[in-house]
Amino acid sequence: MIIGLDVGGTHTDVVLLNTQGLIKEIKVTTDHADLFNTVLRGLDHITQGIDPHRIERIVLSTTLTTNAIVQHQLAPVGMIVSSGPGIDPQFFRPNQHYFPISGCMDHRGREITPVNAAEIDSLAAQLKSAGIRYVGVVGKFATRNPSHELCIQNQLNGSFEKIFVGHKISGNLGFPRRIATTYLNAAVYPIHKEFFEAVTQSLQKKEICAPIRILKADGGNTRFESSIAFPGQTILSGPAASVLGSMSFAAPSEESLVMDIGGTTTDLAVLINRVPLLKPQGITIDQHKTLIRSLDTLSIGVGGDSAVQLVDGRLHVGPQRKGAAMAFGGPAPTPTDALFVMGEMSDGDGAAAKQGIAALARKMNLTVEDTAAKILDVACQKILDGARNLIDRINRKPVYTVHELQEGYLVKPQHLLILGGPAPHFAKRLKQVSNYKVNVVPRWKIANAIGTALARTTSQVTLLADTEQAIAIAPEEGFRMEIGFDYTRQQAIDSALNLLRQKALQKGANPEHLEMDVHEEIQFNMVRGFNTTGKNIRVKVQIKPGLIAGYDPGPKT
Amino acid sequence: MKLAAKHKTGLVFFPAFDWAISPSHPEREERLLYTQDQILEEGLLDIEGITEFKPDVVTVKDIQRVHFCVPDVWAATTESHFISAGGAKTIGMAVMDKKIEKGFALVRPPGHHAMRVVHGSRGFCNINIEAIMIEYLRQAYDIQKVAIVDTDCHHGDGTQDIYWHDPNTLFISVHQDGRTLYPGSGFPNEFGGATALGTTINIPLPPHTSTEGFLYTLKELVLPILSDFKPDLIINSAGQDNHYSDPITNMNFSAQGYAELTALLQPDIAVLEGGYSIEGALPYVNLGIILAMAGISYSHVKEPDYDPDKIRQSPQTTTMITKTCDIIRDQWEQRGYYQDKLLGNKEFHERHRRIFYDTDNIMETQKEKLRACHDCSGALRIESSSDHGQNILAVHIPRGACNNCINIGRQWHETARGAGFNLALLQDRVEDAYLSTSF
Repeated sequence: MIIGLDVGGTHTDVVLLNTQGLIKEIKVTTDHADLFNTVLRGLDHITQGIDPHRIERIVLSTTLTTNAIVQHQLAPVGMIVSSGPGIDPQFFRPNQHYFPISGCMDHRGREITPVNAAEIDSLAAQLKSAGIRYVGVVGKFATRNPSHELCIQNQLNGSFEKIFVGHKISGNLGFPRRIATTYLNAAVYPIHKEFFEAVTQSLQKKEICAPIRILKADGGNTRFESSIAFPGQTILSGPAASVLGSMSFAAPSEESLVMDIGGTTTDLAVLINRVPLLKPQGITIDQHKTLIRSLDTLSIGVGGDSAVQLVDGRLHVGPQRKGAAMAFGGPAPTPTDALFVMGEMSDGDGAAAKQGIAALARKMNLTVEDTAAKILDVACQKILDGARNLIDRINRKPVYTVHELQEGYLVKPQHLLILGGPAPHFAKRLKQVSNYKVNVVPRWKIANAIGTALARTTSQVTLLADTEQAIAIAPEEGFRMEIGFDYTRQQAIDSALNLLRQKALQKGANPEHLEMDVHEEIQFNMVRGFNTTGKNIRVKVQIKPGLIAGYDPGPKT
Repeated sequence: MKLAAKHKTGLVFFPAFDWAISPSHPEREERLLYTQDQILEEGLLDIEGITEFKPDVVTVKDIQRVHFCVPDVWAATTESHFISAGGAKTIGMAVMDKKIEKGFALVRPPGHHAMRVVHGSRGFCNINIEAIMIEYLRQAYDIQKVAIVDTDCHHGDGTQDIYWHDPNTLFISVHQDGRTLYPGSGFPNEFGGATALGTTINIPLPPHTSTEGFLYTLKELVLPILSDFKPDLIINSAGQDNHYSDPITNMNFSAQGYAELTALLQPDIAVLEGGYSIEGALPYVNLGIILAMAGISYSHVKEPDYDPDKIRQSPQTTTMITKTCDIIRDQWEQRGYYQDKLLGNKEFHERHRRIFYDTDNIMETQKEKLRACHDCSGALRIESSSDHGQNILAVHIPRGACNNCINIGRQWHETARGAGFNLALLQDRVEDAYLSTSF
């Protein structure tokens, strides 16, 4: 049996599944001030009356690291950064203890200036005396040659509790993003480690010994033990949970838009042949642009509990949420209240809802019913505008070859998959006002927790081969190999897939079901003068987000 | 410290990673690979106020507006040319639509050696991507006066040819002396055609000119001429082969110098031309140019092996540059006098030329006849034959042509039949109509 737990803004959803399907679902209120207690309450409820030894896997999607970043509750970190020529590294400062140092690599990983050991020693002393226990080390082009970062790490070893190095964080270029990502990993490390160690211990007391897995922003899960090296990957996993919970209900060879309509926001994502699209670079959170891999989601400020206001005679829905809907004791009218007036919902205080909408109706000179219908329309229109923006953004992504530009593939989803609390009510209206085929995801209220439970382990590997320099490296994996002049693209792909398999298994993937995929393989002849001096080969392989084999996420639509 | 662009700057980056003239040609797949690495690693596209655009593709008509392609547009181009010209057009439109204040089309293949008549590829260029952009913008927006400052190391002979007779387009080429480098032209006495004398300016610089010489030329000559001309739009043909590490030229310019030149020139639009030091120069020069356009400090942008003492220009070089600038300044100031003298009372002005297409090994012979009109820039007819068996008549009716020139141009086009030509082409810029008849 598998437990999936997804901490949401208002509720935390928990499900228990076996290979036949859903066994049990519960909801507990999220207490942001005490997430530990929230998670434990959820797990307590769901495991009541269940033999703890039958639980094989527990997957958690929490807001722990996200909240820590947004609320600036971060551990002090020492950042040591070597940049060489380019944009002044002071521009990339993410925190107080940030020190650009000498040392420089070029785009092919050739050393331009060495690291100065004395400089590192004096910095280490300075950081230690400031009481700093976590350090990030980032070099420009370290993904092309990590030796400077490794040398600094070696020198600092033993003086600090944990040292994060940039080249392990991502194989992608982007020095400022790598600085921000390394910083965030270090800054959330203690809180992440402490939290999940505490969860593990509490579960062990209940004799639940299944390893904890944690959902990442890219929709993959990872064992807690591997997450320690990259705790930053767990931020913003919430939207991924919903997408995973919906993907198996998309038609296999179609493009679909997933819309998770929550209380405050609606999260949108695109599925192509049941596979979610990933952001080209990474998450942006609280001013930090990162290299954290993530599903390409767009969050728009409209949901069931969005405050409805009249501004200059025009109806506005969201982006604020002032509280629950009036039907549930809240202070301001909301789309949920409109649904009460329309007779769509009835499990709350209908009179209070009507009162709220009536106040708006008087100002607009409309009937209460027309006002309610209009509120829902404005909300739906806002969601559809968001969808258009997301699709435009995806289709505007530049390409760098004649072939891709000519092929001119454009995403054009025809199908909406809707989940979240008010899903069926919004779906009805969205169907009327748009040209999309519209479906509500079965178990729309808890599909996010089911998605969390069934997430597969994702992974990716970047491998670069430079036959002129006779080396192949996969910096994230600490892989470096001497190669001959006749090294081929196929050999590079084979090496990369091999590394990917090892990495995925270590993170907890099922060896029987590794769907590996090559998503970039480019090769350039390097010519100097009129002679070919080598080949520059760049390969990226991945295991895309998806669901684990053998489990049924729910009834087919 | 916050990193943000002072001027909203747009970028089209199209490295054409799957296109080359030939596998070991300087114009090959690898050319912008390391520039891309540098741009991505620096996080340039994440900077607030810098936006990347996906290039549009130009239409056949966009190309016909500028070129007489022989025998047709398809024969003269590859898909990649449609995209690189399209990248320039995308940037031009974004500037005109005020989505951005400044833009840089970092695209390949380049275009500044492509002349009005195109029989093939010369100097790695098939179609002139700046001219295609400019003429599109003139068609779609209200723009009259445009200045093109070509800072490629090679004389921009294609752009010069296209605008030779256009008094509304000021073309300034700063380049390595034609006696020492391809294409062997671009001397101060190439000063424009009879109806547009003065709006072609050639500034040949001696080999080994360094940052000092380039910036002197810009400040003392180019900027004053620009301020006299008062263009609506300044375009920089931003070749990067003046760099000290370029393998096919002999100049000593630097990344800092290019950035400073860009900051001084303040072009609205820059379009990449040549530059073949793909590791030692391009990553740093492009970074410097983009930062300078965006108004962000470029003081830390330096090549790994940069040593200003090693590339400093000699006093003799400085003297030569000063003299050249003085001659050209005088000529510019006297342009009215020279034009009156050249125009005279002749109704038609003729020019005979042989043009070699080094990349495709074609020899073209041209007989050009301009109506030296006092009311417009004059109808133009070009008889062009090549050693590949082409013999064409091409007629250009310029923007703003007077009725006489319109009529004469159309008559010329009609007389082609039975006159031994195998193709007659008409560029009617008044009607924005382009005709082609083969015989």
